[in-house]
Amino acid sequence: MNHSHKRAQRLDAHDLAVEQAQASTRRHFLGQAGYGLGMAALGGLLAGEGQAREGAATDEAETPAFTNPLAPRPSHFPGKAKACIFIFLEGAPSQIDLYDPKPKLNELNGKPLPESLTKNVRFAFIKKESAVLLGSKRKFTRHGECGMEFSDLMPRIATCADDILMVRSMHTDQFNHHPAQLSLLAGRPFFGLPTVGSWLTYGLGSVSQDLPGYVVLSAGRGTSGGASLWSSGFLPSMYAGVMFRNQGDPVLNLANPAGLPKELQREALDVARDLNTERFREIHDPEIASRIASYELAFRMQSAAPDLIDLSDETQETIDAYGLNRKDPDIKASRGGGPGQYRQFATNCLLARRMVERGVRFVSLFHASWDHHSNLDVELPANCGMADQPVAALLKDLKQRGLLDETLVVFAGEFGRTPLGENRPGTGGVTGRDHHPSAFSLWMAGGGVKGGLTYGATDEIGWSITEKPVHINDFHATLLQLFGMNHLKLTHRHQGLDARLTGIAGKVVKEWLA
Amino acid sequence: MLFRAFVVAGLVVAASQAHAEEAPAAKIAPAVSKVDFAREVSAILAEHCVGCHGPATAEGGFNLTEHSKATLALESGARGIVPGKPEASELVRRITSHDADERMPPAKDHKPLKPAEIETLKLWIAQGAQYDMHWSFRPLTRPAVPQVKYPAAMRNPLDAFVLSKLDARGITPSPEADPYTLIKRLHFDLMGLLPPVEEADEFARLYRAADQLADPAARAREKERLYRALVDKLLASPHFGERWGRHWLDMARYADSDGYEKDRPRPDAYVYRDWVIQAFNADMPFDQFTVEQLAGDLLPDAGPNQRIATAFNRQTLTNEEGGVDQEEFRVNAVFDRTDTVGSVWLGLTVGCAKCHNHKYDPISQQEYYQLFAFFNGADEVSVKLPVGATDPIALAKRLSPLEDALDARRRELFPEEQKWEAAERARLESTPNIPIKVEEIEVLSLTAQSGAKFAKQKDGSYLYESAQSEKDKSGEIDTYSLVLQSSLPEITGFRLEALADSSLPKKGAGRSSSGNFVITRLSAAIVDEAGKKLRPLDLQRATADFEQQNFKAADVLAATANLKKGWAVSPKVDANHHLQVRTKIPLKLAPHERVELTIEQLYGTRHTLGRFRIRALTGDANELNLPAEVVTALKQYPEKRIAVTQQTLFDYYVGQDPQVKELQAKIEAAHREFKVTVMPVRTIATARKNRKTHRFDRGDFLSPQEEVQPNGPAILPTLASAGQGRNRLDLSRWLVSPQNPLTPRVVANQFWSRLFGAGLVRTTGDFGLRGDMPSHPELLDWLAVEFREGALDAQPSRPWSIKAFLKTLVTSATYRQASTHRPELFELDPQNTLLYRQNRLRVEGEVVRDLALGASGLLATKIGGPSVFPPMPADLAKLSYANSFSWTDSVGENRYRRGMYTFFKRTIPHPTLMTFDCPDANVSCINRTVSNTPLQALTLLNNETFAETAQAMAKRLVSQSGPSDEERLADCIRTCLVRPAKSDEIDRLSNLLDKAREHYKNDPEGAEKLIGRHTVAAVPNRETAAWTATLRVLLNLDEFITRE
Repeated sequence: MNHSHKRAQRLDAHDLAVEQAQASTRRHFLGQAGYGLGMAALGGLLAGEGQAREGAATDEAETPAFTNPLAPRPSHFPGKAKACIFIFLEGAPSQIDLYDPKPKLNELNGKPLPESLTKNVRFAFIKKESAVLLGSKRKFTRHGECGMEFSDLMPRIATCADDILMVRSMHTDQFNHHPAQLSLLAGRPFFGLPTVGSWLTYGLGSVSQDLPGYVVLSAGRGTSGGASLWSSGFLPSMYAGVMFRNQGDPVLNLANPAGLPKELQREALDVARDLNTERFREIHDPEIASRIASYELAFRMQSAAPDLIDLSDETQETIDAYGLNRKDPDIKASRGGGPGQYRQFATNCLLARRMVERGVRFVSLFHASWDHHSNLDVELPANCGMADQPVAALLKDLKQRGLLDETLVVFAGEFGRTPLGENRPGTGGVTGRDHHPSAFSLWMAGGGVKGGLTYGATDEIGWSITEKPVHINDFHATLLQLFGMNHLKLTHRHQGLDARLTGIAGKVVKEWLA
Repeated sequence: MLFRAFVVAGLVVAASQAHAEEAPAAKIAPAVSKVDFAREVSAILAEHCVGCHGPATAEGGFNLTEHSKATLALESGARGIVPGKPEASELVRRITSHDADERMPPAKDHKPLKPAEIETLKLWIAQGAQYDMHWSFRPLTRPAVPQVKYPAAMRNPLDAFVLSKLDARGITPSPEADPYTLIKRLHFDLMGLLPPVEEADEFARLYRAADQLADPAARAREKERLYRALVDKLLASPHFGERWGRHWLDMARYADSDGYEKDRPRPDAYVYRDWVIQAFNADMPFDQFTVEQLAGDLLPDAGPNQRIATAFNRQTLTNEEGGVDQEEFRVNAVFDRTDTVGSVWLGLTVGCAKCHNHKYDPISQQEYYQLFAFFNGADEVSVKLPVGATDPIALAKRLSPLEDALDARRRELFPEEQKWEAAERARLESTPNIPIKVEEIEVLSLTAQSGAKFAKQKDGSYLYESAQSEKDKSGEIDTYSLVLQSSLPEITGFRLEALADSSLPKKGAGRSSSGNFVITRLSAAIVDEAGKKLRPLDLQRATADFEQQNFKAADVLAATANLKKGWAVSPKVDANHHLQVRTKIPLKLAPHERVELTIEQLYGTRHTLGRFRIRALTGDANELNLPAEVVTALKQYPEKRIAVTQQTLFDYYVGQDPQVKELQAKIEAAHREFKVTVMPVRTIATARKNRKTHRFDRGDFLSPQEEVQPNGPAILPTLASAGQGRNRLDLSRWLVSPQNPLTPRVVANQFWSRLFGAGLVRTTGDFGLRGDMPSHPELLDWLAVEFREGALDAQPSRPWSIKAFLKTLVTSATYRQASTHRPELFELDPQNTLLYRQNRLRVEGEVVRDLALGASGLLATKIGGPSVFPPMPADLAKLSYANSFSWTDSVGENRYRRGMYTFFKRTIPHPTLMTFDCPDANVSCINRTVSNTPLQALTLLNNETFAETAQAMAKRLVSQSGPSDEERLADCIRTCLVRPAKSDEIDRLSNLLDKAREHYKNDPEGAEKLIGRHTVAAVPNRETAAWTATLRVLLNLDEFITRE
């Protein structure tokens, strides 16, 4: 299935000497000494891909040269992870109700928090003077050989405990959604920065030659961060995430114009290629060769993307395991994700696996919203009901296919939620939690992380971190490390600085590495 | 060995900086005698040393950014640099040490110095370790024009600088591009539009004819005349302002929405966009352009246009996310303004000094906050501005003193307003508010002006007695008067219930044949027992359970009756509805007092009530004396109010002041007199609050340190002040003062990069130590002076004229060169730094679309106006926050406007624009990256807009009878590619046309689909379809979306 692996041209972008040596062995030069150096041949790229090419006057020796800018590049050092599925729970789920049990908090339910703890703390909505602690209604149990704790809202994910690295000591600097989302996905709360997926495709390219290297899938309502959450920032836009759609073509403009059959599209491409090639012979601008190749990639994408989303080759067992046919529960929720989110989220999990199989480097799964300022005990179970089954199925499916070792799955929100009940003025009753950036949890699995490990700890009410704090930048440094990338060396010159994902901070958490 | 670099333009940077070992630059012969600090040493220090041994950190006590500091004793006691004595200098010892622990730079995470670099440093120290001022900070003077071998190759002095460098390497420049390329290039660069076929042909014909002239001097003169006439014509086109305005809007981070989570639309944003277009079209001198945008509000006699200009700094984002501390985001916006001015005018990454002293450039953290202070004293305000005045200057003259007086009075009221705000908020929070209730009220009498009779029903309602009125023409309009009495202790409003009745037309509540009614106006007064009027009763806040489109409840409280307006309920006529109005203050009726309620129904055609009931409202009295939006604003925590919310409160309070009322009335009178449209526009103005600026520790707004005053960085010439203390006006004048060397260098370089694809300084936004050196330093200075002082050959000279400056650039021989690559020069200068040819440039995303629409004849060329909504898949808009945004495709002309008018929603920007590398408008963009991706191919191949352009082209072609296939194809090639067609191109396309004909012969349905609405009655669909399928190839040629 994955012919792209075979075809992948291992262009060594890190070592120019190697590149030069390789280039000199390639056949397809233009005849002018030096001019085609470093370019893989378009002809090579096209060869053997099984597309109908009759009538195309392809003379390989005359075909302009080309390098796919997204061709895979070796990592700084060997890394286990090859792909990442980043499940982003926009709005920030409550760690206290999912992963970080606090019996003491239940005891103190209704009591105020000592002033020493709240003195210098900012809240989004809570009125400090009258805020009281809010215990959790959830039941926690231990799972797996490791005995990792999960609440009753994640029964299926809990069965994967021995593959999961649970981090209870995350912290971030931002307590408003959009800035915190930028931090989690781009390292700092500023616009104009590349997101994690962009950094990885920039550093490593992508194995897939007929799908984008960085794909974004979304279920439910929109995210507060919008396009800035899959932006390539100051990196070239070819490293930006490509949004796959839930309706119509999976990729925008993928289908031919209505009434245009595939053969005529191919014919048109052949003519365009010939005329472009002719222009290239006159002008010698390699950009033209790039253009020709980008059309060929586009043409391949036109068949590859529909293949990708065509689930007819999946067994009923798989469909059921992911829970594709589940219906949304009938609950009264003010911030629900909109109709069909259960099905869509499950479908996205399955699509993520199919993309990873096809060599996509980075898949972002967005779901909004987990921002439970109120109605926590209704909406959090509803959201977990949506996520638990398909995410667990994804982990097991990857594992069974031998892909989990090289696929890093991340399950995270942009911050956590407070142990205090939210007493926002003007709303009746306390039924939710406000934002909490200073201590929260996230988990990862696969891709070379140590399964079964619960890392870090918070105090007895979940207010502050007591052990092994991990900043977002450390998380990113470690994520890159799993891919064999040194976060200090994966840089891009921007505004006079060698900018990097981790800014001027970031330490690899060695204990996370298997 | 920079071969990979040219795979994709965007990747040039990527590859060379992420992975390459060498800095990209043309090889420059190493100096053998005197080492040039600026060119040779400073780059080495900046790249390898200053990160740790710069002003911010000075590790080991070593700061090597200044001679006086670098030569001091270090913590170790040694001296880093001993001038004249490399062997005694610790620096030399450490960079040559074989001990890995001592060797500098440290091997871990640092690139090693090359042997040549080590030699350069040694030689520099041996020669005295002189530090020159960094090149870009040096005073700017006009350099002498160098001698060249073949002056005939020159078109203006600019060329001498380029040619002298080429001469030195024995390289000849490229020949002039052919005339078709020239006219296409100029059209693309100056207007972003295709030249019409006839004009291109005519230009080429005359140009070639001139080439035939025997006398070389006459030949050159004539060609020059033709070329310059073309340039002048294009510079005078109103599309020039669109093209160059758009470049500026990139830097201004212009968008039509707020950004961040809520990302609300900014319906007034386009007013600033249009100001920019007009400024370019009017050739507003760049110094004025600068001052108006940064400080237009502070100019004496500032008019509406100057205030609109300040919206440059209002393009920053607004975060309305719940729970946000607005001070944090106000500070963020001020950071953004500071950083943007730094990069756009000064070419400095000043933002790096927000948290600590700049690592490389001589900008301390304190200096950053001095710059920040200029903008910290200014806030976003919404002002009602006249837009589109016919005589803006006269209007400005009239308005200016009034606005100044108004501004002064408003400022005076600020402290009182603050007290009022706090007191009202406290009152609202502390007083319990009784919920609103609907109560019975006794109706003593009901009189209809028409004489119509009503029967009182059991439920207290009144029903029109229909039989009597059929012939009663006076019932076409009516006014009902009711006298009401009540023993309720406090009344806070009235409810008018319109009750549907089966005896009335369409079983509605109205008497019109449609069952509808229109309440034109509702008013009330207090009367005594005899019906004598005692005082008016003020009503407010009209709301209804349902409102007909354009017939709103609020209309009923208008001061005077508008016969076309009022409250109505179509299409829901057959249901009960109600209208509520509230009193301004709670009403306590004395025993002898009555309320007279007057219901005017003046729409006509019997749109009067047939059955209705009046009831009283009680409760909810706390907020009654305040408009609803003021109550909402007051209820927010003060620190969570965005600027607009704060202004709502302020405007409401000061609006009660008699002086303010009087001034506002005079301003409105002036607006009426000049017949302008008045709209609220958000701009920047001096803050009402006298805010002090502090340095923020680590850039954290919660950690203010010592106070700082507004000032410029010490490295640049002194920033003078016109009055007491320095303000934005002083700053903006300083930016364009003759003493400031940076602005003209930076801006001239920006303009250059738009025309040549790269700046003379490739890092267009960074002229600091880590930025690239100019490839042609003298040329850059010559251009900067030319720009600042006015082109030498222009009569009269026009200082800071953008058009004159661009003319200098585009009339140079350097600009006019052919862009054909020259492989033999590739090894020497892969990036064409020496300018031995022009560069081929793919056009920007907006222009890609403009070209396609232009080629098909669909393009609407209207300039300016509100932003438009060209087709976009509906599901994309839904991805915005909480599905809060819907995108309704524009129809008619607005569907085909230029790309720059597309509504730019920051969180969901239009995908076609983004696919072709448009900036996301969240931060200032000095230059765009240019990528080349499959998504672009998919867009051009399949996107609705591009498919439609192919349809329209096909329609135009097949509509003409007569020409052969070949002639038609040739015509289309010329339209799209400007140049004449070649026979093999026609052959190849003919071949495709035949295949398409073959296909559509048997696929009528497909043919119909493919041509969409662009059918031609006299031509079979299969023929139109075959052409559509063929012509789309032209839109997909590299040449089509490339300048040449």
